[in-house]
Amino acid sequence: MTYKNPPTTPRKSATFDDYTLSEIRRAAATGIYDIRGAGAKRKLPHFDDLLFLGASISRYPLEGYRERCDTSVVLGSRYAKKPIELKIPITVAGMSFGSLSGPAKEALGRGATLSGTSTTTGDGGMTEEERGHSKQLVYQYLPSRYGMNPRDLRRADAIEVVVGQGAKPGGGGMLLGQKISDRVAEMRTLPKGIDQRSASRHPDWTGPDDLEIKILELREITDWEKPIYVKVGGARPYYDTALAVKAGADVVVVDGMQGGTAATQEVFIENVGQPTLACIRPAVQALQDLGMHRKVQLIVSGGIRNGADVAKALALGVDAVSIGTAALVALGDNDPRWEAEYNALGTTAGAYDDWHEGRDPAGITTQDPELMKRVDPIAAGRRLANYLKVMTLEAQTIARACGKNSLHNLEPEDLVALTIEAAAMAGVPLAGTNWIPGKNGF
Amino acid sequence: MPATKLSKAAQDHASRVFDLDVSSLRELNQALHNLTPGSNETAWEVLHPKGNHSVAVGVDQPVTIDVRGSVGYYCAGMNDGAAITVHGSAGPGVGENMMSGSIVIKGDASQYAGATGKGGLLVIEGNASSRCGISMKGIDIVVHGNIGHMSAFMAQSGNLVVLGDAGDALGDSIYEARLFVRGKVESLGADCIAKEMRPEHIELLQGLLDRAGVTGVKPSEFKRYGSARTLYNFNIDNADAY
Repeated sequence: MTYKNPPTTPRKSATFDDYTLSEIRRAAATGIYDIRGAGAKRKLPHFDDLLFLGASISRYPLEGYRERCDTSVVLGSRYAKKPIELKIPITVAGMSFGSLSGPAKEALGRGATLSGTSTTTGDGGMTEEERGHSKQLVYQYLPSRYGMNPRDLRRADAIEVVVGQGAKPGGGGMLLGQKISDRVAEMRTLPKGIDQRSASRHPDWTGPDDLEIKILELREITDWEKPIYVKVGGARPYYDTALAVKAGADVVVVDGMQGGTAATQEVFIENVGQPTLACIRPAVQALQDLGMHRKVQLIVSGGIRNGADVAKALALGVDAVSIGTAALVALGDNDPRWEAEYNALGTTAGAYDDWHEGRDPAGITTQDPELMKRVDPIAAGRRLANYLKVMTLEAQTIARACGKNSLHNLEPEDLVALTIEAAAMAGVPLAGTNWIPGKNGF
Repeated sequence: MPATKLSKAAQDHASRVFDLDVSSLRELNQALHNLTPGSNETAWEVLHPKGNHSVAVGVDQPVTIDVRGSVGYYCAGMNDGAAITVHGSAGPGVGENMMSGSIVIKGDASQYAGATGKGGLLVIEGNASSRCGISMKGIDIVVHGNIGHMSAFMAQSGNLVVLGDAGDALGDSIYEARLFVRGKVESLGADCIAKEMRPEHIELLQGLLDRAGVTGVKPSEFKRYGSARTLYNFNIDNADAY
């Protein structure tokens, strides 16, 4: 009998993992980069890395279901004659008509309105569906200016000047030709069927000094009634927040790299910008340094999923959060009921991210008349409202446990971090220690 | 309302005169926004603009507004129906996102003149700086003098007429806008090419020149430029063009 040397177990490279290998093969076969939505998918320091301490001998809790815990927030109190008052500190982020179907936009409006919060237009102008069904609608002012007009500006409840998005700070957008229906083409003043490029910077201003003048123009056109938000991607949150305040913003929106609804190159999504968690404290610090914390409101978005995320963001000093991907999932995106169709597209429920291609089995990110019938705007709006209600109740549960009668009374002192990275980013102690990395010279 | 230095034109139309040395920009724009259809306050005059930004923005009634002097950024922004004349020069973004109506600049215009305009007519009797007509979406722009670089960048629709010369990268990434240049073009941008002037273009251009009050200039003196349409749908083989 011959002795065989024992083989080693085949070992795959951590560097050249299965995904990396598949991407190299795909690139070699096609000669083009991969484009997708859904934001950064890599594991990042996130709200899961923070924990609330809860009440103890020195902190007493409030009674669940009995003692009041306020959730309301006012946005735009700095200059606007008509600030927005929201019942909950969770808003629906900007997603364009064109990217989303008309029924999906209507559902977002319905769900937000049922919940007493606002929804937001996107890079495609304002549709009647969303204006009609959104009690409070934020109108985005984007580089492309598709569909921009003074009438819609005046019938908006707030204006959001979009400088960047978390998925692609510094990047523009592309709506592929197959999603350009007659209606989308008309709203964007472009021929049907061609790719529509959304510019990466505004056509008529550059830099913070110009932005100040642009904001003045928007205020003058709307008679200083509307709150003006400035939205930035998670690039340089301290300076971007400070400059937005200097330029006259009522509200600053900071969108971290998990912000997902913008389609762009995979390499861009995964390698440009900062995680949401890393953006919050610098943005809050900028407001505090300027004496503007709680005077200029801060909205943070990118990977908000549940009431714990909401509570943690607020504890770090945020005034409200915004959801995009989670709202689409509540509407029915990536639902396993469409698994066979996801498989036919070469993917699986939960991983589908080719929202830009217009073949969404769930009927949300499409302009296909047959597919979009799958979204019942009333039922989908109800699901979004349910989800927003659950998030709010969850956040209240945590706040009461921390002894807070308002979500906005949560504070960094209520938090600890599970990892050194999260402790450094959030500026809260590593659990079990009093060590905040980067503070006091350590 | 202070009514100082009332001009002859203003008196004839029983107009309202705003002196920005006395009244604020806010008061001016609010008064213009308070106009309702059928108002008999159809002639307005703005004195001492002195480079103020956002003069006469968001007007949506068919009134005439004469601005006596030079203005800063975004004068007549989002104009929707008014006939606005600046008797001076204009800063960046004059007539940005105009919907309808007309704007005449007697002097020169800075960057981004007529940016993203959806309709109406913008006439610049002097020169326009860079990015004139950037991302235009239906506006007609007539420039008596020259225009700067990157003009009509990503221009979607509408017409840009230049009696003088155009700077570098004219019409870069242009969609369906039509460009007519009488003088020299320094260079064309990506996907922008010279095109044949057919009879319908001669007719169109003559109409634009007439509307802009240009005389003594023939459409045949212009060259037409527009999109080669090779970049309309992304193709990796065109990557070198981007």
